[in-house]
Amino acid sequence: MSALKIKKGATSHSAYNLRPNFSDVIERHTLAVLVENEPGVLARVIGLFSGRGYNIDSLTVAEVDHTGHLSRITIVTSGTPQVIEQIKAQLGRIVSVHDVHDLTVEGASVERELAMFKVSGKGDHRVEALRLADIFRANVVDSTLESFVFEITGAPEKIDAFADLMRPLGLVEVARTGVAALSRGD
Amino acid sequence: MTRQMTGAKMIVQTLIDQGVDTVFGYPGGAVLPIYDEVFQQNSIKHILVRHEQGAVHAAEGYARSTGKPGVVLVTSGPGATNAVTGLTDALLDSIPIVVLTGQVPTFMIGSDAFQEADTVGITRPCTKHNWLVKETDQLSGVLHEAFHVATSGRPGPVLVDIPKDVQFATGTYTPKAPSTSHYQPKVKGDLEEITELVAAMEKAKRPVFYTGGGVINSGPGASQLLRELVEATGFPITSTLMGLGAYPASGEKWLGMLGMHGLYEANMAMHGCDLMINIGARFDDRITGVVDSFSPKSKKAHIDIDPSSINKVIRIDIPIVGDVGHVLEDLLKVWKSRGRKTNSEAVAKWWQQIEEWRSVDCLKFKQEGKVIRPQYALSRLEELTKKHDRYICTEVGQHQMWAAQYLGFEDPNRWMTSGGLGTMGYGFPASIGVQMAHPESLVINVAGEASWLMNMQEMGTAIQYNLPVKQFILNNERLGMVRQWQELLHGERYSQSWSEALPDFVKLAEAFGAKGIICSDPADLDDAIMEMLNYDGPVIFDCLVEKHENCFPMIPSGKAHNEMLLGDAQTQGVIDAKGSVLV
Repeated sequence: MSALKIKKGATSHSAYNLRPNFSDVIERHTLAVLVENEPGVLARVIGLFSGRGYNIDSLTVAEVDHTGHLSRITIVTSGTPQVIEQIKAQLGRIVSVHDVHDLTVEGASVERELAMFKVSGKGDHRVEALRLADIFRANVVDSTLESFVFEITGAPEKIDAFADLMRPLGLVEVARTGVAALSRGD
Repeated sequence: MTRQMTGAKMIVQTLIDQGVDTVFGYPGGAVLPIYDEVFQQNSIKHILVRHEQGAVHAAEGYARSTGKPGVVLVTSGPGATNAVTGLTDALLDSIPIVVLTGQVPTFMIGSDAFQEADTVGITRPCTKHNWLVKETDQLSGVLHEAFHVATSGRPGPVLVDIPKDVQFATGTYTPKAPSTSHYQPKVKGDLEEITELVAAMEKAKRPVFYTGGGVINSGPGASQLLRELVEATGFPITSTLMGLGAYPASGEKWLGMLGMHGLYEANMAMHGCDLMINIGARFDDRITGVVDSFSPKSKKAHIDIDPSSINKVIRIDIPIVGDVGHVLEDLLKVWKSRGRKTNSEAVAKWWQQIEEWRSVDCLKFKQEGKVIRPQYALSRLEELTKKHDRYICTEVGQHQMWAAQYLGFEDPNRWMTSGGLGTMGYGFPASIGVQMAHPESLVINVAGEASWLMNMQEMGTAIQYNLPVKQFILNNERLGMVRQWQELLHGERYSQSWSEALPDFVKLAEAFGAKGIICSDPADLDDAIMEMLNYDGPVIFDCLVEKHENCFPMIPSGKAHNEMLLGDAQTQGVIDAKGSVLV
């Protein structure tokens, strides 16, 4: 990842941070977008991505401040550094957007995702699935004689790894929430 | 101080509080309560257009010629969808517009009611922001906020969708107050960056100012500061289509417009400069030509109020986010405090080079024979009207580019043209909006016959309000710019680019109760233009011009600034396959 000089509070940053990096390397960035919790605000954000041809790898949204009417949208996106800078600038000019933070460049951050896996099988497969779930600290939230539903929380890579292991063991369905992320420290 | 009143009354009260004197609109079922309030007051003049698209363009003309937001009132459904082109036009040209649309009552939203459309959904991508107001108590707050958003930062169109039951219900009116909204764009530029630009200006050997609509939008003060800066530094200045008039066309340092149909000296200066100072322009593709070979040797500074404009297209070395007026003020202060330095010797050499390019005289033409050349028509129009208190609108196409090339603009807010969206049908309604704002001034719409027909219904509006707008139509019975591209790119197969079955424009004018003038002989042109100017009322001037004239200079698509075509010679095959996919 390139170290773009983005300070916290990216929408009000100094123009110094607009120094370009015109590399062709596709980077994956996690953006935390604080928005006014009003009707249509998600459509504005999604419409920006579809209208301008940007990628959304994952997106989560929920109200985080009821009295302040604020929602937090966590978007995982990918593009060249120039595209990522454009995405942030374009998000910043949406009137309902209060703040855009690029967690990927603003110091360390933690990312978590919740997923549920339905795995069906009998005999050894079933035992192995349960054993691996234990290693991954996945919880069993539903069980029949021929299936489990596991609940797992972790970084997206951990969930990917768990999915890879479950596939040969009878994975039938997956539901993932997408990434929620926060910067570390204060 | 708060007061109880109906939503409809609140709307009119808000407009009065915001200092609105003119509203362009068209009534319908979902705005009847508002029209009832409009009927019962005298503070605001309502201009009844003949089509909602015309209302938005008229409001754009009003806004661009005054610097104040233009206001539109239309009904739900088709009223709102007809406004979409105007909204998109205003978005791309950063024009402050407030559009109020009626909506079906809140309890019917989503039921596919009569004249229901998802107006906020449809207009979300073509407004700066929009609102659906579901409670009367919130209406006045939203409306005041709408004016704040439309006019703050980079201006743009906003829309407020108001269901009919919200208009009927009674609520609390909140008067206009300083905005408490979180939306407060930064207007002051970073001093470190400004100082860096000043340092670059002190050293620059081949500097050029490249200015745009942002200077106009920043207000007349910004244009004054720009003039001061240009005169003090002695640097050459060019401008985009949108920025014409910020620096006077008669100014010594003026290179003319740049871009696809810009002047040779302007484009060559952009290509050859070592310091490009972009002030309120956005590196539009009409300006840059092929990006890879755009001004290859220059350091580039960019002053823009919208951070997303910076590095969007062209890599910037010195970015300055801020309002043009504020930044120029600081820039001048810093430059003066550091001793008003420039590399005057090198700049003088640079001017010698520019003079060489100027001597090409890229706009020269010869008027020969019995057919009026469009360039001649505009040169005569310029000569006969430049002393007037004059406002010019245009439609879109060849005539627009010729108008930009052959008319001179001495002041900002005098030139209204659809730049970003390129909306045929813009100019005539825009001229109505301009004339409303400046009843005593000369307002001319330079048009092509095809563009003009797109919103010709607005003749009714011009007549009804006795607006003496002059419609100067360069009639070549062709969609000239389409025809030109078909000649250059599509083997001279002129698919659908003929204006068949044209009306008799003189009779058309007379049918509406206006004056019609037709002119086909260059010898009669001056008298005919004078007749148009001396007539107190709207005029349609049908100027029959050469049918196959192409607009030059031209940077063919996919080419760089230094690869301009100067004339008709050798235009075949200049655009390669890669260029031909560009528009």
